[in-house]
Amino acid sequence: MDVSQYLEIFIDETQEHIQTLNDQLMIMEQEPENPDAINEIFRAAHSLKGMAGTMGYKRMQHLTHMMENVLSEIRNGKVGVSAMLADVLFQCLDAIEGYLANIQESADEGTEDNEAIIRQLNNILEADGQAEKEEEAQPAKEEAPKKEPEKIIFAEFEANAIREAFEKGMNVYDIQVVVEESCILKAARAFLVFKAIEENGEVMKSIPSVQDIEDEKFDFDFRVIVISKQSIDKVISAIKNVSEVKDASGVQITSYEEEKPKAPQTAAQPKQEAAKTEMAKTESQPQKKEEKKPASGGAAKAGGSKPVVNRSVRVDIEKLDVLMNLVSELIIAKNGLVSVSNTENGVISQGFNEQIEYLERVTTNLHESVMKVRMMPIETVTQKFPRMIRDLNKKLDKKMELTITGEDTELDRTVIDEIGDPLMHLLRNSADHGLEANSVRVQRGKPEIGQIRLDAYQDGNNVVIEVKDDGNGIDVEKVKNKALISGKITQEQADGMNDKEIIDLLFQPSFSTAEVVSDVSGRGVGLDVVKTKIEALGGDIEVKTKLGEGSNFIIRLPLTLAIIQALMVELGDEKYAISLGSIETIEDVMPDEIKYVQSKEVIHLRGMVIPIIRLDSVLDIVPAEEVPESYTVVIVKKGDKLAGLVVDRLIGQQEIVIKSLGKYINNNNIIGGATILGDGEVALILDANTLL
Amino acid sequence: MEENRIETEVETKQYIVVNVGIEQFGIDIKYVDNIVRMQKITRVPKAQDFFRGVINLRGEIIPVMSFRRKFGLEDDTFTDKTRIIILKPEQQDSIGIIVDMVKEVLTLEEEEIEKHAQDGKDEKSKYISAVGKNNGNLISLLNINGIIQKMI
Repeated sequence: MDVSQYLEIFIDETQEHIQTLNDQLMIMEQEPENPDAINEIFRAAHSLKGMAGTMGYKRMQHLTHMMENVLSEIRNGKVGVSAMLADVLFQCLDAIEGYLANIQESADEGTEDNEAIIRQLNNILEADGQAEKEEEAQPAKEEAPKKEPEKIIFAEFEANAIREAFEKGMNVYDIQVVVEESCILKAARAFLVFKAIEENGEVMKSIPSVQDIEDEKFDFDFRVIVISKQSIDKVISAIKNVSEVKDASGVQITSYEEEKPKAPQTAAQPKQEAAKTEMAKTESQPQKKEEKKPASGGAAKAGGSKPVVNRSVRVDIEKLDVLMNLVSELIIAKNGLVSVSNTENGVISQGFNEQIEYLERVTTNLHESVMKVRMMPIETVTQKFPRMIRDLNKKLDKKMELTITGEDTELDRTVIDEIGDPLMHLLRNSADHGLEANSVRVQRGKPEIGQIRLDAYQDGNNVVIEVKDDGNGIDVEKVKNKALISGKITQEQADGMNDKEIIDLLFQPSFSTAEVVSDVSGRGVGLDVVKTKIEALGGDIEVKTKLGEGSNFIIRLPLTLAIIQALMVELGDEKYAISLGSIETIEDVMPDEIKYVQSKEVIHLRGMVIPIIRLDSVLDIVPAEEVPESYTVVIVKKGDKLAGLVVDRLIGQQEIVIKSLGKYINNNNIIGGATILGDGEVALILDANTLL
Repeated sequence: MEENRIETEVETKQYIVVNVGIEQFGIDIKYVDNIVRMQKITRVPKAQDFFRGVINLRGEIIPVMSFRRKFGLEDDTFTDKTRIIILKPEQQDSIGIIVDMVKEVLTLEEEEIEKHAQDGKDEKSKYISAVGKNNGNLISLLNINGIIQKMI
């Protein structure tokens, strides 16, 4: 049997179940008596077993089967939850992940038998004197009650088809198919049944509808109306050949009841309603029954995390990249039209301008939609962290808790793929270097259990991720000494550095303040890698720390990577773009409003003192000879810092496509990239973040 | 194709010969992606001083450097003979280089190419890989990787 087309579904669902297992195991470890958690774990393990079996992954099936046996004992109260047990179950989880990784790579589960884990599972069972309970820990299967086939009422076109079939001397069968209750990928089974039928005839109608069957919206049976030349026995035996089909039976239809064309609604309604109530019945079946049938698609998904109707299409990220590039091209072309319409004298009719505006709206919406398609919640990355912290808990022998907020914050897929490792580094750092040992914490009057937080939120055109801990914070003196000893800085340099500059040393390659190098962290390959990675994504990282109170690593990432709204400004005869996301306001400032603080130019604006940056001198542009009547100052922000950029003229807001300058040009990142304007000219994009 | 020819006739190589000042330089044709006329170059502030800026070549942003500045010669004066040679080194981004004029495409046989003695002290000597002799003219053959590598 060819199951390869279900491989993706299998991988997806397995991942989901692994995640459920992970989450629920964590809960179980905290609250050993929580029956919901144990039930969820059992269901997930059972589903995994069934799925692995369907797909022919014997080793994975065996392992999950053993897991299920142990879990069943726990559920029945025969085995208590202990730390050892939780450890073994976590090991199982890792082993399953290992299988999945192999399957993802080569569609094969690999040859690892994980005998050690299985032995441990066996030991647990034996300790309970239940080892011989080899066969199915799963409760006895319920016999699906044989339903009397309801009378089917055909719609007009269906009746026509049947009539036609009769005229051609074809047979019409009404076949009831029952799949096994342990069957996991029901939709896949149904699909194979349909395929088997289609080899012998044609499926004219199914109850529930094909769509519902594909969405697994059926219990364990469905009806199909088949038009075929073959005998009914042949069709039924073909169906029975599909594995995990429990039964198929049917009758030949000789007469049919046509829906009254006059009142199609009323005739169809009762049938539909009947189907609905039937479905409602299945869904609202008492909890008890669901427990017994963990295999049924809906029940396996923990806490209904998956919407009932999931209308989605899987798209290769590369295809989306192509789409994105095309959108970029379109925007450049549109900008070209806009600039033509602006330069051409009066001949352009109003209609033309209206159309341009319309085009502009469409391209902007198109861009936004494509961006949205590429967005994924950060949850996909953060969900593996609680487990990691749990393991660190044991490894470092420190009690700590991780709180994650803002998991639904969305980021571009490419960013999501890359951000996992840096975040992991930071969390490990917090756990290992940040938090003090529990005894020290108690001495210092802090709560015994260390707190680590990961907060994600959107801030304008950026997404901010903060990794905080309430540990010891960074000891600036210690960092300084370390840097001196290792020869990174000289004594004079050290004397001239402020705290922030010293903390920034941590981001340099091979710099670690951990006194003991552990396998968790302290090798000094952490923070510089984090920084490089985040900068490669167009983001930046900063640290806030207070000795004795904890530290906070703040990562700022751009929401979008390719297309942004920007303010175009002119300096001399050069044009620059500033991302709208970093602009706070635009002000007209009189020359005498510019004051000096510590011989630096600042302005006083609505109660805030804002430093002034003269872009012409930063960018080596020959400044205008005469002092203008007033300065145009663009106020930009980065986090809670503000600065005013003095520009000559504002051109206006524009949607721009970011293009890289390539890696040859090195200009300390003041220029974040370039964009092509409507007239083909190149304008550079100022990175306000590096100016601040 | 290119590779094949090099393999079967090891002895000859093709070069684009360009003039810069009074000297002639040869660029191995396998690195040359395009030759374009002088166009508006957008200056990039704070870039290395031999970069004149970036240009838009059919929707791609390409950094452009000045041959003269890179070799420490007198600064460019642009004429209608000035060309930008777009180089595409293997596995790397394109880069443009401004030359006074493009003279010809030249095929050199192996015995006409004399390996250049590398003078370790002189940075610029690393930019030249060999000297080609053609009808009594001497052509300095550029070491494109040497010119580009320093930047990355």
